[in-house]
Amino acid sequence: MQREYRTISRISGPLMLVEGVEGVKFEELVEVELPNKERRSGKVLEIDRDKALVQIFEGTAGIDIPTSKVKFLGKGIEFPLSLDILGRVFDGLGRPKDGGPRIIPEVKRDVNGAPINPYARNYPNEFIQTGISAIDGLNPLVRGQKLPIFSGSGLPHNHISAQIARQARVLGKEEEFAVVFGAMGITFEESEFFIKDFTNTGAIERACLFINLADDPAIERIATPRVVFTAAEYLAFEKGMHVLVLLTDMTNYCEALREVAAARKEIPGRRGYPGYLYTDLASIYERAGRIKGRKGSITLIPILTMPEDDKTHPIPDLTGYITEGQVILSRTLHRKKVSPPIDVLPSLSRLKDKGIGVNKTREDHADIYNQLYAAYARGKEAQELAVILGEAALSEMEKLYYNFAEIFENKYVSQGEYENRSVEETLDLGWKLLTMFPTSELKRIREEFLAKYYDKFKGETL
Amino acid sequence: MRKGRIVKVSGPLVVAEGMSGSKMYDVVRVSDKKLLGEIIELKGDLASIQVYEETGGIGPEEPVYSTDEPLSVELGPGLVEPIYDGIQRPLDLIKDLVGDYITRGVSLPALSRKKKWKFMPEKKKGDRVTGGDILGEVQETSLVVHKIMVPPDIEGTIEEIKKGDFTIEDVICRVKSDDGLHKLTMMQRWPVRIPRPYKGKLPPHIPLTTGQRVIDTFFPIGKGGTACCPGPFGSGKTVIQHQLAKWADAEIIVYIGCGERGNEMTDVLLEFPELKDPKSGEPLMKRTVLIANTSNMPVAAREASVYTGITIAEYFRDMGYSVAVMADSTSRWAEAMREISGRLEEMPGEEGYPAYLGARVAEFYERAGRVTCLGSDHREGTLSVIGAVSPPGGDLSDPVVQATLRVVKVFWSLEDKLAARRHFPAISWLNSYSLYTADLRDYLKKEVGEDFINLQRDAMRLLEEEAELEEIVRLVGLDALSPSDRLVLEVAKSIREDFLHQNAYHEIDTYTSLKKQYNLLKLILHFYYCSKESLQKGASITDIEKLKVREKIARAKYIIEKDADRITDLEREVEKETKAVKNA
Repeated sequence: MQREYRTISRISGPLMLVEGVEGVKFEELVEVELPNKERRSGKVLEIDRDKALVQIFEGTAGIDIPTSKVKFLGKGIEFPLSLDILGRVFDGLGRPKDGGPRIIPEVKRDVNGAPINPYARNYPNEFIQTGISAIDGLNPLVRGQKLPIFSGSGLPHNHISAQIARQARVLGKEEEFAVVFGAMGITFEESEFFIKDFTNTGAIERACLFINLADDPAIERIATPRVVFTAAEYLAFEKGMHVLVLLTDMTNYCEALREVAAARKEIPGRRGYPGYLYTDLASIYERAGRIKGRKGSITLIPILTMPEDDKTHPIPDLTGYITEGQVILSRTLHRKKVSPPIDVLPSLSRLKDKGIGVNKTREDHADIYNQLYAAYARGKEAQELAVILGEAALSEMEKLYYNFAEIFENKYVSQGEYENRSVEETLDLGWKLLTMFPTSELKRIREEFLAKYYDKFKGETL
Repeated sequence: MRKGRIVKVSGPLVVAEGMSGSKMYDVVRVSDKKLLGEIIELKGDLASIQVYEETGGIGPEEPVYSTDEPLSVELGPGLVEPIYDGIQRPLDLIKDLVGDYITRGVSLPALSRKKKWKFMPEKKKGDRVTGGDILGEVQETSLVVHKIMVPPDIEGTIEEIKKGDFTIEDVICRVKSDDGLHKLTMMQRWPVRIPRPYKGKLPPHIPLTTGQRVIDTFFPIGKGGTACCPGPFGSGKTVIQHQLAKWADAEIIVYIGCGERGNEMTDVLLEFPELKDPKSGEPLMKRTVLIANTSNMPVAAREASVYTGITIAEYFRDMGYSVAVMADSTSRWAEAMREISGRLEEMPGEEGYPAYLGARVAEFYERAGRVTCLGSDHREGTLSVIGAVSPPGGDLSDPVVQATLRVVKVFWSLEDKLAARRHFPAISWLNSYSLYTADLRDYLKKEVGEDFINLQRDAMRLLEEEAELEEIVRLVGLDALSPSDRLVLEVAKSIREDFLHQNAYHEIDTYTSLKKQYNLLKLILHFYYCSKESLQKGASITDIEKLKVREKIARAKYIIEKDADRITDLEREVEKETKAVKNA
């Protein structure tokens, strides 16, 4: 029998101090009963002798000092798991939200998980075709990778992530897949967009959704990604599925974390975010990956909106240090109606080299993306130059690069939201663009590939 | 055994009472789960403990056991090849024991107690030995001969020394000294926070060649030197660290993955056994010690990981080897310090980092050096340290970068702008520096080429001129430049693209020997000198820009090492073609 305490001594922001407690453990789950019989949950953030500092997920509104009752449950936050979680919608703490029955658990897991032993990891090297040229051709995604989308408010990041979820497949294989979707503090419309998209494509039956909307308790968001990964780990590593995890919007998650840190009067790091933000994000992101000897995989695409489109803001900055690359969206391209507006130059996939090449995509893939990058970068420079000096001042070669950059954006990067290009098509498109240049400019491509492909694509229309 | 009682738990920090008599930095076991921790503050009978494992489920009243020993590493045969976490627990064995996830309270010895090693003595009965003397050898891997040394504090006469197969716990030698008989095994223990002793320090005089052109030619690091590579994410810090771990001509590599990505360590684990050492043809893994404390592993163990790594490196240095330590990334180490400091409620310095950040960083890098080792044979060992720094937003005013730059001698400045242009390694040729160039000059002149230093200087001058000229081009356009300035731009571009740019994933380009680097640079500059001459005779710059041989120059870096002389042959072609250019 758990003891009930009525010894709350202080409530401030999302935090509550309970005194005179005994046998309370760090990170233990807490249940509070309000005067109106409502129950809320929380967890122990710090325990100092007989004083426990508790963080309440649903907010402290309505909790009073004399009559509210506190119970310590002797365990961490757990999530009940079984295959029935597929096709269901939960709230940010993992409680059913769709009016369906409770999950009858096969197992229960602590949502914090445990770190994967680096020795047990398997290196992600299976190319995922997303059907988007700017990703497949230049920033290839592989199974088990974590590749965030750095976006800004008003940019179509949701459409891109939905397109990836819709089109992603591994070449030549039909395997069991699932989508685990975690929404933190997004609006009702955004969440509806995803649910509708999943429903239309039938993906909803292979999906498991955790929704914490903008008007749901903010502190609850701190648990959401952890619950998401508990579900993903179960599906991937116990049921052998290939799981795609979408988390949107990580910025809201970090803000909730900041709120708690501020309430605890911790010494803030950059922009008021706690000094352990990196460690905290890593404990989430690093749960993605592959494990030797297990069939499934977790591929993670977190979405975050950069405040003021600033890549050096702590959230994108620390995310970039943990994830294996990033896809950055550009407001300028979006204005130019390039869709998806992926800003190719600062985007990067760190795992690309292991996922492409002979037997995976095509032998010339690496050389092509190196060359396309270099050429596009030079084209962008030429464009900048032209802004200052006028187009007429460009040399013959600069003009060629100038035109290339334009065509590259409109034909290669830009494609329809429902256009699914195969990686072959993407690579061929790259060649068609590059044949604008004489071979002497294509220094990053091996001679053997120039011999094999250059003449084949020379002069082909785009 | 002393036993205390927990009174407070806050993340990785646990406070226990009843701990009087404990010393600072003693290791303790927390709760009956036996979590490993280290005392970092003492106040009356209260001890603050940083715990190296997750503390969820731990609470007041639980016991704390003191071991009365500082955090130490085990040193002996078996260090090379396995992968350790930040407190030297073998991750491969942990996987066998508890599965794919690291659970708490796992305790395994770092070195196998069962494996037998063949010990070949070099000393005999009656020999007088002092600390650091080599007793004998063990062939640990095909690349590493593990020298078994007398521990630093022992001096005396050998009473007995054995030969044959032993475990690291078997006594292989008995030494009689003034204070009694010492039974020596092949294993030593050493506290990680205390540098291992040596006789004296010397300045570095030989370059640590890395096969990376921009580093070896322009910003070299000496054996026993220190370097850092700060840069924003995506600028290729880890690739540079991996390249150095692969190709640096050190005899032992200690790679510390400190708070970085799990997949990167997996990459090292899977790739290194496949890669062959350019000299011996043996797998590179056979000379590599790996320490992995990835970002999701406990933060306090991350703090310890750099010390664990450097202590192991010092041990190999003491054998007389050249050792290189790669720490990726020291920022994560500093952040771990900051987190613990915050929990201790210490008054913060800059950006919340503790006031002792600079001191800790300096202490760490100062453990590098070329030294005369302990022992009577005056052998030399070198320990080079290369630290990656990950400043927020790539901002070099970050306290960790600044603290690091105050102590290291080589600065490889990684730039976002170069990375975005896919110029890798994205080391800025304008902002980077190496303070070893003077120390290494004699060696390079002698071993590589008498004019190597001059070529280096000319190339650097061209790159600097390019930066100035680009400003002008941006204002008035290319046409406004004189032909000789346009030649400077063309050649600087060639230096950038055909020399500095190096593809780590290209099978030939990934490594370039010093000899080939010299040949390449000489070829590019030869083109410059010859073209300049033709220009002075009135040749047209547009025709020089279009010379056929330039494409050959561009592809010269893909010529395999053994044909490096073919690069020199190209110089003749350069002469022929530049002479043939018609006047404008």
